[in-house]
Amino acid sequence: MSGSALLLQFLNGLAGANSLFLVAAGLSLIFGVSRIVNFAHGSLYMLGMYVAVWLAPATGFWAAVLLAALIVAATGALVEIGVLRRLYQAPELLQLLATFALVLIVRDFALWAWGPQDMLGPRAPGFGDAVFIAGAAFPRYDLLLIALGPLVFVLLHALLTRTRWGTLVRAATEDREMAAALGVNQRWLFTGIFGLGALLAGAGGALAVPREPASLAVDLAAISDAFVVVVVGGLGSVPGAFLAALVIGEVKAFCIGYGYSEITLAVEFIVMAVVLVLRPWGLLGKPLPAPRGAAAVEPPLGRIDRKAALALACLAALLAGLPLAGDEYTLVLATDILVFALFAVSLHFIMGPGGLASFGHAAYLGLGAYGAALLLLRAHAPTEAALALAPLLALGGAALCGWFAVRLAGVYLAMLTLAFAQIVWSIAFQWDSVTGGSNGLIGVWPAPWLASKSAYYYLALLVCGIGIALLWRALGAPLGYTLRAGRDAPLRADAIGIDVRRVQWIGFAIAGTFAGIAGALYAFSKGSISPETLSVPRSVDALVMVLLGGVQTLTGPAWGAVLFVWLQDELAREVEYWRAAIGAVVLALVLVFPRGLAGYLKERFAR
Amino acid sequence: MRLLVFLSGVLLAGGAAAQTVKIGELNSYKVFPAFLEPYRKGMQLALEEINAAGGVAGRKLELVVRDDGGTPGDAVRVAEELLAREKVNLLMGTFASNVGLAVANLANQRKVLFLASEPLTDKLVWEDGNRYTFRLRPSTYMQTAMLIGQAAKLGRKRWAIVYPSYEYGQSATASFKKLLAKAQPGVQFVAEQAAPLGKIDAGAVVQALAQAKPDAIFSSLFAADLQKFVREGNTRGLFRNLAVFNLLGGEPEYLDPLQDETPEGWWVTGYPWSAIDTPEHRRFRDAYQKRWQDYPRQGSVVGYTAVHAAANAITKAKSADSEKLVEALKGLQMQSPFGPITWRPIDHQSTMGAYVGQLAKKGGKGVMVNWYYADGAKYQPPDQEARALRKAP
Repeated sequence: MSGSALLLQFLNGLAGANSLFLVAAGLSLIFGVSRIVNFAHGSLYMLGMYVAVWLAPATGFWAAVLLAALIVAATGALVEIGVLRRLYQAPELLQLLATFALVLIVRDFALWAWGPQDMLGPRAPGFGDAVFIAGAAFPRYDLLLIALGPLVFVLLHALLTRTRWGTLVRAATEDREMAAALGVNQRWLFTGIFGLGALLAGAGGALAVPREPASLAVDLAAISDAFVVVVVGGLGSVPGAFLAALVIGEVKAFCIGYGYSEITLAVEFIVMAVVLVLRPWGLLGKPLPAPRGAAAVEPPLGRIDRKAALALACLAALLAGLPLAGDEYTLVLATDILVFALFAVSLHFIMGPGGLASFGHAAYLGLGAYGAALLLLRAHAPTEAALALAPLLALGGAALCGWFAVRLAGVYLAMLTLAFAQIVWSIAFQWDSVTGGSNGLIGVWPAPWLASKSAYYYLALLVCGIGIALLWRALGAPLGYTLRAGRDAPLRADAIGIDVRRVQWIGFAIAGTFAGIAGALYAFSKGSISPETLSVPRSVDALVMVLLGGVQTLTGPAWGAVLFVWLQDELAREVEYWRAAIGAVVLALVLVFPRGLAGYLKERFAR
Repeated sequence: MRLLVFLSGVLLAGGAAAQTVKIGELNSYKVFPAFLEPYRKGMQLALEEINAAGGVAGRKLELVVRDDGGTPGDAVRVAEELLAREKVNLLMGTFASNVGLAVANLANQRKVLFLASEPLTDKLVWEDGNRYTFRLRPSTYMQTAMLIGQAAKLGRKRWAIVYPSYEYGQSATASFKKLLAKAQPGVQFVAEQAAPLGKIDAGAVVQALAQAKPDAIFSSLFAADLQKFVREGNTRGLFRNLAVFNLLGGEPEYLDPLQDETPEGWWVTGYPWSAIDTPEHRRFRDAYQKRWQDYPRQGSVVGYTAVHAAANAITKAKSADSEKLVEALKGLQMQSPFGPITWRPIDHQSTMGAYVGQLAKKGGKGVMVNWYYADGAKYQPPDQEARALRKAP
């Protein structure tokens, strides 16, 4: 590229970076103080866009931006007061489930309120044209954004360092318990920070209006970008977010400028993976404080006693009789439920007792599925061999990702697993000659003896039943207890001679393998496989199932899977706005049963 | 006694089912609502027309509509539900290509007719085509071919290409390069930009395209990506003196949001709903506007024609049996709002066409001008080529 081309792509990168920063800064602040992984941040951004486009004809663009930011801030504060505040005592990550429900509700709300058509908003008055820089036209509005980002950064910085409120926020970010012990009123601090974060998201959305239309898919795009920026920069660090936004904005612009546009599909995730491997707490982040003390927050998972074993055996017998009672579709749905139950239980294996929340567990489901499809279609292996060998691909993937992931902690670990999943996804999505690209592979049908719905159902019942039983058994074995020790008190575990990382790595690989088994079964039950199996929404589904059932229970995740798959099937058929309906049900369950379904039952009957 | 009541109940239920022919329609209604809400209205209109005229083969037609969740895995489950529980006679619908292919694959396995209304991928009728799958809309290849004539006529030498990076954009790009190089030897392709679907970095892409100094652009962007690209390109003056061709750019779903941003002079495929004055289209448009108090979009025409195609096939077969329907659809000729169409026996593709024209602004809104109807029958590869591409009979 020539000098002027370099300069222009640099400016393009800057403009992109500054709009990224506005969204990411709010997310980072919210996480820093409240430790909430706010999935709904992208929805707040989308809401900001829609409100601004909607108001602009009446109020003019600039007033619309201001109003949109304020309305979104108020919405955010209300959400904190009405929903999240009730969940701070709940097990970790449950707030994530609540924000996931909000994503579904907000998206259907936008569809209902503003209709299905994309809405291209007005240009910003006074900034609609281009200026000439180095002989090329460059949008004046982008220059405004380039100036606005640093301005917001400085204002935020002043707010955090020069005001009493900011001091409290920083104190809470550094050490929430200590701040509380010193008498800081956390309630209003949290509401305030959530409102501020929402304000930034809403403003970010409104300010994006001159550059892109308000559309219903904007929420997920915004949230994934914002997460990457926040994690690369270091959670809770506003300067980090700024730096990370710059890095990612520029990398993207130059990939496009140099003609490597195909790589933009995954480039931010590659950056994130590299940064996390080299700097486990992001560019400017600090290590999360080690868990204080080792007082067990949770009693150990109950082992399956004789009564429970009897009940489960009865259940298995009942399920074995299902083909006699139900119609064909019942078997199809039951097969799906079994597959997802194994998938959820495998995630729970590392996430619950192991404390390693994977946000990219679908990678192993997908690797298992692709493994099966490739063995069948490319290597012409028989069904049995494909089913048996496919999980090895998932094992390989999990061993590779796990080796890096267990060196990290908390949300950083979660995001590295997410990055790995996105990279695997983009390979499957683009490697046309092998994986079939975005269309995927079709014709993945099982051998004739498994072709009937009931035969395949029995296979799924047998394999998933054994798989789940093995995973549950392993949690009661020394492996499970050492995993648990590594979660609750890594230092003590180390001191008594447990190689924590190694145990976690083994746990991660086992969980991936069992997800791969679920994936292979899934591929043959559908007859086809596409990159969607590896995608982030599938990973989120698994998280939702685990949390819905109860992360601190043994059998909960299986029930969570049953409930979630059944709900989706039922609501999508019966309800027009079915995504909002799922969101509402999940939200209600979270508020009523913050410890998950099984957690609630356990508490109830333990008395 | 109880047994008797039960048996008569079963018989009655069986009798009631025999009275309707059921179409199992599945689509990603909540993922692509801009296209699929009008689509659903078009289907409903066709259904009401057909039943008001006495139904099909002496029976009433019934639509069982399901949301497929937008993923192949869920779509296959929904299709199974339609087949097992609703006992539908045929499957219809789908939007995204991966979902369409997955459902086609299932239809082949279950030996049931699948009328793929919208998915554009060429593979659906060629490489991955099967006996039970038929496709209504002109494929990516056909729509690309429709633009080649105009593109070659301009004689521009340096072409830049921008496309959404998934199968639709990739195969549109590949077909365009192949066909244009044949029609206009010596043409150069000077830049190629793949943009993640829904996430185009428009500023950088426009800049990179300008850098290559093309004298024409071929784009297969649509929806939000197209709007971002157009606004950014307008602001930066990219389109000045350039010939631009955009697949699907004239479909109301994607054109209407552009409003006063509409780039004038672009060649597009689309649907100039307000200007088409053939009797068959006027009848459709009037009926649609009367029924819905709204104007038809491209989706409306697809949904409407798909239901009529199913009805025509059932009437011709005098049966709702899958094998007979497949035979009936091969070579079936029927009327559509776009004029007569034929279902090609050799690859199960309908000859429904699209309108090719140029974009213009009228009263702050985008419209198509200088348009003409490109009949799908004329934009097919030679029969031998189609046969060679297709593995299935």
